[in-house]
Amino acid sequence: MPINLQRLRSLIRKEVTQLLRDRRALAFMIGLPLLQLFLYAYAVNTTVYHIPMAVVDQSQDAKSRAFIQALVNSQYFNADMYLQNQNQVITAIDDGQVKTGLIIPPEFATNTDRGTANVLMLLDGSDSASVSSGYGAAGLVAQNFSLGLISEQIVRKTGLQTGAALSASSLPITTSERVLYNPDMIDIWFLLPGLVGMLLQTLAVQRAALAMVRDRELGTMEQILVTPARPLEIVLSKIIPLLVLCLLAFVVIVGLGIFWFGVPFNGSLFLYFWLTLLFIASSLGLGMLVSVRAGTQRQAQQLAMPVMMFGMLLSGMIFPRLGMPLVPSLLGDLLPLTYFIRISRGIFLKGVGLSFVWQDAAALAIYTVIVVLVAARNFKSRLD
Amino acid sequence: MDKPAIYANGLTKTFKTRKGTITAVDHLSLQVGRGETYGLIGPDGAGKTTTVRVLLGLLTRTAGESSIMGFDSMNDTYQIRQLIGYIAQQNVLPGDMTVMENMKFFAGVQGMSKEDQNKRIPELLEFAGLSDFTERLAGKLSGGMKKKLALATSLIHEPEVVLLDEPTLGVDPVSRREFWNLLGNLRAERGLTIFVNTPYMDEAERCTQIGLIYAGKLIASGTPADIKALVPGYVLEFVPSDNAAALKQIDGMPGILEVQTYGEKLHVFVDEVARRQPQIEAALSAVGISYSDLRPIEIHMEEAFISLVQRQKRLAASEANGVSAVSGGVA
Repeated sequence: MPINLQRLRSLIRKEVTQLLRDRRALAFMIGLPLLQLFLYAYAVNTTVYHIPMAVVDQSQDAKSRAFIQALVNSQYFNADMYLQNQNQVITAIDDGQVKTGLIIPPEFATNTDRGTANVLMLLDGSDSASVSSGYGAAGLVAQNFSLGLISEQIVRKTGLQTGAALSASSLPITTSERVLYNPDMIDIWFLLPGLVGMLLQTLAVQRAALAMVRDRELGTMEQILVTPARPLEIVLSKIIPLLVLCLLAFVVIVGLGIFWFGVPFNGSLFLYFWLTLLFIASSLGLGMLVSVRAGTQRQAQQLAMPVMMFGMLLSGMIFPRLGMPLVPSLLGDLLPLTYFIRISRGIFLKGVGLSFVWQDAAALAIYTVIVVLVAARNFKSRLD
Repeated sequence: MDKPAIYANGLTKTFKTRKGTITAVDHLSLQVGRGETYGLIGPDGAGKTTTVRVLLGLLTRTAGESSIMGFDSMNDTYQIRQLIGYIAQQNVLPGDMTVMENMKFFAGVQGMSKEDQNKRIPELLEFAGLSDFTERLAGKLSGGMKKKLALATSLIHEPEVVLLDEPTLGVDPVSRREFWNLLGNLRAERGLTIFVNTPYMDEAERCTQIGLIYAGKLIASGTPADIKALVPGYVLEFVPSDNAAALKQIDGMPGILEVQTYGEKLHVFVDEVARRQPQIEAALSAVGISYSDLRPIEIHMEEAFISLVQRQKRLAASEANGVSAVSGGVA
């Protein structure tokens, strides 16, 4: 199908004029992703510190107090309340006064000497972030505390100072962890590369779906169809301005990520830009496909909603795709976001090149061709 | 180049719905010569909009032939689109664009050069009386001005044929008159062929040729005078004191062909004025109905139209009672 550039230019100018005229909608289009970015960056926190803790110390000896102090010193727990028994602790957790409870049974010091000491940690299972943080932290603190006790015992029993040198490295097996790419485990570093994709996909799918439906719903489409404008020209005139808009949003989001939130960019910006362009094109194509089934702008918006929801839940942005059951995993494969998140994390944080992400890049390319072709075929050049 | 500007032969369009097939246009044949103003007249839902959409290739044709300037509606759609101007019934120009932006948009899509645009756009705006509103958003124009802008945009590429689907729907009488004066100028100055759908009888009288469409069928066509001549008899008009009682009294009397009500007036079609007028006067007096202004009047398009439609309804009803069923029409 031949494309007449003058016609295409006129059609694009119309779309841009309309896009720029509705300032409120435009502000919303750019503002909403930014708002989401800041919300995710500042509100999402997967590691919880200073978990409020209720303490029942039935031992009241030096060792038990030292253990409580060790937990508090770890910064993970605050000893906010001192109670008498387990039931009071459960009531306090029920009331939401504390998130966790520590119960130290009588004769803690004696039992530590025998090596049979046991403490009970109660965790609020209704709050998963606190549970996982508290669970890990309590185990770690107890382990370190035990090591300290063992070395003390050795010193006492043998009288040798060798015990004092005993440390974690003296254990038969030790693990040394090193988190690559994000050694300090900063949440926004994990989030940003995925967030870029999710915000762009939402913007692209929604705007493309709306753009295709708007003229049809208002009745303008009949007046445009009766001109010599060809269907492909009409489709392109709606896609091209949105592509530019999405790229603009991309630059702003990534710019804020790097310069405001300090997320390091380790890969090739050039490669990242081109693959993002591909991703935006595939998302716009998906939006057009969504609009084929929609008669009104309202329906288009409603149809775009599940794409956003699935994107958040199934693409691996928040919940890991490892171990996801087959059906949701396949559903996730239908979204361009799923492929882009692997690309984005790879290039952004790991700094890998095309040789590492080519499979996802190829998948996106194929995806784009398919959705754009299907959407263009479904574009009705007549009214029936 | 002696092909008619607009041509349809046995043109049929059916829609499939959940309830079955609806025939919106039923074997419609018409021919519009160059420079004519053709009015397709019919009640709402008769199939006027569907006809014009099929002619333009905006809807797929179910059966029959149709062409504009010799180009087939289905196969040469894009040739047609360069030659015609069209105002859709639900004409919505992008309302968030100004008058000037709209003009430039349609000029560009029609492939006009910048120089041509700079010359033609001010001319058309002047012609449509919109020169002072170039920066106004199209959505903020009054109903009449919107239609004038639509006319101006549809004329931008100097089309040879314009098709207007109820162009004055929802427009006040003064603006309607202005709009038709614009059309009259176009016909006189440029020899433009105009095809117009309208439910308004006064607009029908302004056409050189008209076709009456009812339930998807063309039931009569010709000049306005031809159409009026199709109605037999003469019309007597009067205002009775009791409209319903008078109607009951007169209907069915010998020599009475048809009775139509117009507000408080009755229009009685009779075969012979001199003989029937005294009979009617006598019949009304007999039951104590007073009346005023009883006089013969000239048949207007409106009476002719209603008479022809009612005749068609009777015909359809008798056919339905007989062998074949008659399909209903949609817009």
